[in-house]
This record gives sequence, C-alpha cells and structure tokens, in this order.
Amino acid sequence: MLFLILFTSLLLGGAYALMAMGLTLQYGVARIMNLSIGETLVGAAFAAFWLQTQAQVGPLWGLLVITPAAFVLNWLIYRHLLTPLVRRAKNRGMLEVDSILATFGLLFILQGVMLALFGGNYYSYSYFSEPVELFGHTFALNRIVAFAVAAAVALALYLGLNRTRTGTAVRAVSVDPVAAGLVAIDVARTSALAFAIGGALTACGGALLSMFLTFNASMGVVFTMKALIIVIMGGVGDPRGAVIAALLLALAETTVATLVDPGLTLAATYGLFVLILLFRPQGIMGRRTA
Amino acid sequence: MSNHLLLSIAGLTKVFGGLVAVNQISFDIQAGEVVGLLGPNGSGKTTLMNLISGALRPTQGSVTLEGRRLTGLPPHRIAATGVARTFQLVRVLPSLSALENVMVGAVFGPDQVSPGAARTVARSLLERVGLGGREHLHPAEMTYIDQKRIELARALAADPRILLLDEWLAGLNPTELQTGIELIRSLQAEGRTVLMVEHVMDAIRSLCDRCVVMSAGSKLAEGTPAEVLANPDVIRAYLGDDHA
Amino acid sequence: MNTREILIMAASGLLLAGLACLPLADEGFWLTLGISLAGYVAMSTAWALFSGPTSYVSLATAAFFGTGAYVVVNLGETAPWPAVLVVAAVCGALLALLAGMATLRLSGVHFVIFTFGLAELIRQLVTWYQTNIGGAVGQYVFVDISSAQIYWQLLALCGLVFLAGWAINRSRLGLALRVIGDDETVAAHSGINTARVKLLLFCISGAFIAVVGAVLAPRWTYIEPSIAFNSMISFQVVIMALLGGSRRLWGPLVGVIPFTVLYELISGHFPNHTHLLLGTAFLLIVYFLPQGVAGRIEQLRLRRTHRETHAARSPATLGETAR
Repeated sequence: MLFLILFTSLLLGGAYALMAMGLTLQYGVARIMNLSIGETLVGAAFAAFWLQTQAQVGPLWGLLVITPAAFVLNWLIYRHLLTPLVRRAKNRGMLEVDSILATFGLLFILQGVMLALFGGNYYSYSYFSEPVELFGHTFALNRIVAFAVAAAVALALYLGLNRTRTGTAVRAVSVDPVAAGLVAIDVARTSALAFAIGGALTACGGALLSMFLTFNASMGVVFTMKALIIVIMGGVGDPRGAVIAALLLALAETTVATLVDPGLTLAATYGLFVLILLFRPQGIMGRRTA
Repeated sequence: MSNHLLLSIAGLTKVFGGLVAVNQISFDIQAGEVVGLLGPNGSGKTTLMNLISGALRPTQGSVTLEGRRLTGLPPHRIAATGVARTFQLVRVLPSLSALENVMVGAVFGPDQVSPGAARTVARSLLERVGLGGREHLHPAEMTYIDQKRIELARALAADPRILLLDEWLAGLNPTELQTGIELIRSLQAEGRTVLMVEHVMDAIRSLCDRCVVMSAGSKLAEGTPAEVLANPDVIRAYLGDDHA
Repeated sequence: MNTREILIMAASGLLLAGLACLPLADEGFWLTLGISLAGYVAMSTAWALFSGPTSYVSLATAAFFGTGAYVVVNLGETAPWPAVLVVAAVCGALLALLAGMATLRLSGVHFVIFTFGLAELIRQLVTWYQTNIGGAVGQYVFVDISSAQIYWQLLALCGLVFLAGWAINRSRLGLALRVIGDDETVAAHSGINTARVKLLLFCISGAFIAVVGAVLAPRWTYIEPSIAFNSMISFQVVIMALLGGSRRLWGPLVGVIPFTVLYELISGHFPNHTHLLLGTAFLLIVYFLPQGVAGRIEQLRLRRTHRETHAARSPATLGETAR
C-alpha cells in the first residue's frame, strides 16, 4: 500500500513539477506572480486534445508544436502586457501587486476564450492507456510516459540553468536583478526569456496531463493554486525546491485521497501549506531573510 | 548627569551564511553618554544598530537595557522599552505631513500619548529641530536635510531612553553640519543618551564622550575620541598600512 | 467633529433615509437591483477597509460570504434573527483570525495565495462534511424575510461599514494603518504591533462580509456550497473596490455602481462572455486607473492646487530675476 501511494505520487508529482518549475521561473526571475498559469496548463491540454482528436497527432508529437507555441505566446505576453508594469513599478512589492492583478485579469480573459471555444464541458481522450505491470501493481502507460518526459525535461532545465551562459544569466537575475544589470546582463531580455520558458514548461505539463486527466475550461484556477503553493513551499527562485515540493504535494494528496477521502485533497494541500508558512516560511530551499 | 549603566551589549554576533557581520561585540553605555560608533565601510556598524533596534535577530549574544533583555524581542516591543532610531537612508512617511510624521513617535511610543497631546509635543519638537511653521508640508516638498530633521523629531517624540543615530550627519554641507552638531549637542546637554554611527570626524571629536571602533565585524578599539583616533590600529583600518 | 463632518453625516443620513424608501415605490426589478448594489457596496467597502491601507489583496471575500450564509442555514430557523447575524459576524471574524495568523506576518504574496484558494478549500470541506456526515449536500433555507427587509438590512449595513471606516480613520488604529501602508519598518520601530493591527482590520472586514452573506442567504431557498462559496463574488468585489479606488472610504461606492450596471448589461446580452469582461476590466484598471477613480480624482485635485500655488509664486520671482 505504501509503495503504491509513493509510486502514484511520483507519477502525479512529475506533472506538477513541470508547472511548478514554470512558475518558479516566472516568479523567481521575471518577478511576475502569474495567476493565469493554470490557464496556460489547461490551454495546452485543450491544444493536445484538439491535435489528437482533429488532426490525429498524438500528444507526444503535439509537444513539438505546443511547447514552442507556448514559448512564443508567453514571450509576447511579457513583452507587451507585463513590461509596462515592470517599468512602472518603483519597487518589488509594487510589481508583485500589479502583476497579481494583471495576471488575474489575464486569467479571466484566457478562461473566457476557452469557454467560448469549448464551452463548459469536460473533455478527455484516450492515449497510451494500456496498463503496465510494474512491481506487482498496474499503472497506465500514459502516466509513466508523462513522468518520464517530465523527468527528462526537468533534467534538461537543470543542465540548461547550470551549464550554459544563458542559464547562469537567468540564475543571476533571480538572485539580484540590479547587480545582474551591472555586469552587463540584459535583465529585461532575460526576464522575458525566463517567463517564456516558464510558460513552455507549463504547457508541456498540460499536454502530458491531458493524456490521463479529464479537464474543462474552468479548471485552471485549481492548478494555479497548487502551483502557487508549491512554489512558496519550495522556496522562491530555486527549481530544485519546486520539484521537491511538487513531489511532496503529490504525496500528501495521494495519501489523503487513498487513505482518508478523495474529497479532502485540497484540505491536505492547504494543511501542508499552513505548516510550511508557520514553521519555514522561506520554503524548503529558500534562504531565511534575517 | 546620572552615571548608571543604561545599555549593555555582550558578545553580540550576527552571521549571514558565511559572512560574520558582527563578531562578539561587547561594550556598555552609561546614561547620559554620547557614544560614537566608528569604523570603515562594511565594518558592521549598521548591522549592529539593526541588532539593537530589533530589525535583525542576533545569532549569539545579548543586548540589555537597564537589566531588561532586548534580544529576541520584535522591533515594536524594543521600541516600547525606550529605544528610538533614525535610519541611514532617511525613512519618512510620504503620505503624512511633517506634523503627523512626528506625532507617530509620540502616539505609538512608550508613553502612548493621546493624539491631541501628541500634536502639541510634535509642534514643539518641529520648532526645536528648525522646522517651525512648516508642519503641514509633506516630506516630498522638503529638502533632504529637512526630512532628516523630521526623522530626528519623530525619534525624539517617543522620549526615548536611548537614541540611535545612524549616520544622521551624513550628506550635509558645512553650514548644515554645524547646525546638526549644535542640535545633537543640545540633546546631550539635556542628558539624552545617544549612540551614533558617524564618519564625520569633527562631529565625533566635539560630541562624543567615548568611541567604539569596529573593523570587519570586530571591536578594534574603545576609548575617548582622542585616544581612539590616535590608535595605530584604527588608523590602519581606515587608511591602510602606510599611514599607521 | 467639525462642521464639515457634521454636514457629511447629516447628508449621508438623509441619503440613506431616501434610499430606504425604494421598496415603497417598486418591489420588482429596481428593488432587486437595489439589493445587489447595497450588498456589493457593503462588501467592497468592507474589503477596502483592510486591503486598501495595507495593500494586501484579499481574494477571500467568498469565504466570508459563504460562512455567513451557512450560519443562516444552520441557525436561521432555530435562533432569533439578530442573534444569527451576531453569530455570523463572530464566525467571519474567527475565520479572518485563523487565516490572518497564518499569513499576515509574512509578505503580501503569501497572503494573496492563501486567500486565493480559501473559498475553494472551505467549499470542499463543507461538501465533504455534508456528503459524509451531514446527509445531503444542498440545504433548504426557510427563513421568512421579505426582499424589502433584506434591502433595509443591507442599507443599514452600508451605513455601519461607513461609520466604522470613519471611526477607524480618526482613531489611533487609522494612523497606525497609514504608517504601515507607508513604511512597515518605520511602523514597527515606532512601536506599532503591525501584525496585530493587520489582524484586527482583517477581522473587522471579514465580520462585515459574513453578515452580508447572512443577510442575503434567505433570498435563495436552496443553498449549496458552490452557490455560497462562489469565487466570482471575491473577484467582483476586488474589481469594484479597485475601480473606485481602495484608498478612500467612498472609493468602492464609486466603483460598484458602474461595474454592476456594466455586468448586468453584459450578462444580459452576452451571457457567455462575462469572464472576458471581468478580465478586460481588470487589465484596464491596472493599466489606466491603478489608484481607481477616487485616486485619479485626488491626483487631478493635487495637480490643480500645485498649479495654483506655482502660478501665485512665479510673477514675483520673475520680477526679481528680471531686475
């Protein structure tokens, strides 16, 4: 039983981790608390659905289309929608409030578009749903594939952030944008890049999730909530923390769903959140600000 | 001038990750003294001030005010015991008038003065720091030195037992500096206890009863201004080896 | 209290008395609109009491609203009505206390995130409780209160909220709030217990919103968690308060009326596009009216007095330098 819970959490956590890494980049580097990130996730799910049912393109191939599209879309959003706020903000606190409100508006617009296109119905499709026997338990192949892809992407991100020049620039901006600017890093461009990559990661997670999750146009908010909680729990700015926190959250959710009641998953999430807030508000990998 | 022990700092240490910003600092301040806290940039002076006022929590050590332990208390509790400060980069409240800014010190200070009485106190303090008649102006309409005066008045409005001045005389032209020094001298004359971080040597020589010199987080020297400023270690810390 | 304040009080009193006559003239569309407006004015103003001066954006309005509604569901038929309202206020304050204690010592972002999901969390908890322990998920409310009485209660609540806001502004608490809003470090160093002040305000705000929920509950004869804890309420309240301007007591009032009208129009003609409307409204406010209408008016007023004082000064200086 314990093993089943652990493994199921792992599979679920992988997808959460992608979204959390995405938000970490957007908030930790670009300093944008993106409340519409759940909509990016659901939008990607819908795109994968459309590709699968209308164009017979499987979600794994669809990733090649969806991820770059999300990258471009998020880049545009940052350049045209969010940059004016960045320029206008006198300090970090003001930018946070402004970005929360602006992305809140974006949330409604994106949700409105999806509602208009797809209505309020639930959608799902079948892909790689063959059962696989692993360690004496049966799992759906799509969940395993989703996890594998998520893990690969996470590894790629880690290597990118730590082994490339651009990655180092991104990490520098997340630590101190002013100092980064002083060493000739183009902070505006790096922030836009981070925001766009963040969106692409999230979209990737959404496409993967669509393989086994039933979704509708209004579900974005729940995912955003989880992403926000994961990012705070993990410690803002560090993608490793986001991954650990995502897995922890998935573990808490799966445990409560299996052992207590599936209707209490959000309560479990919040419970974990409150514990972190009370005892380690800077998050798992965060640095305590004196 | 009473000579009882007011503030006692013992083994105060603050570590940020790998950096030891304040290293086992110990010294005492008697009531009515004006003590200067000196040292080159980065020696940990402002961090020490932050530790005393409660803005930062020490890693080790203690700060006691007349026997009452201050370390570990949040800033508003420390303020309630009678510690008031100014900040290195002046922090006035932009949406309040000069009068209201100063009132804040009295209303929320240890005496919890009523708003009506606070207004009277604030008016006389503004007069004293040279801002009489300009009490209804907002900080944005005033010069930097005037904003500093508001901040000082606000700290004084709390009638503190000890006043912490963080480079209050910085950035002043010679005339303003003289006025500023006179102002602090008048505080000294009425028996106020002051701990001032300063770089301006004239002020230190003319105002301070004693000085504590810090360098790289540790206490380098302690004594009268004359003693301390002639100390070869102190000179080396400020100016380098050639001048010692 | 000076003459100006007495005049404003008297005028407001007359206005309230006038508005109270509405049910005598119409019991249909206009009364319904009046109820809607009064409810939102009370909630938005209560919201701004806390979120205005502290800049902590609370997205938890629906959580308080639903709490009040559920107090009615459980006590409405057994306890006298005034007692029910008091219990609703207390429950609202308690919820605020718990949420505040967890988050108000931390930065605004933690608070926003927490409140973002709070209504949803409570909704889930109530649903779970009702499915597993309570019996049925939806419940019937059979409290016998007419629409006119609901309207009057809401008007009275509006009056109370404004009174509370006015009293706070003049008090020590109001000054503490202004200081916190300007510079929290200075506030703490001046002796203000910032966490306690924020908590107190949040509790007052939450209590008012819960009472609004309780007063409006009898309008629905059937209540489900998804109705009572409807996040749209949270979002609409935020928009209205921000549109009008959350830094002035009368700001949200200015935001409620145009927004409600616009919302009714859009949901009447384009019922599937309310989300798009809300989103666009948010963006427009953030970009063009960051301080709301009230803030904009203040800015224009300041600019005018500035110009006047400059105009008064310049001829003299010009004369001196020209010499």
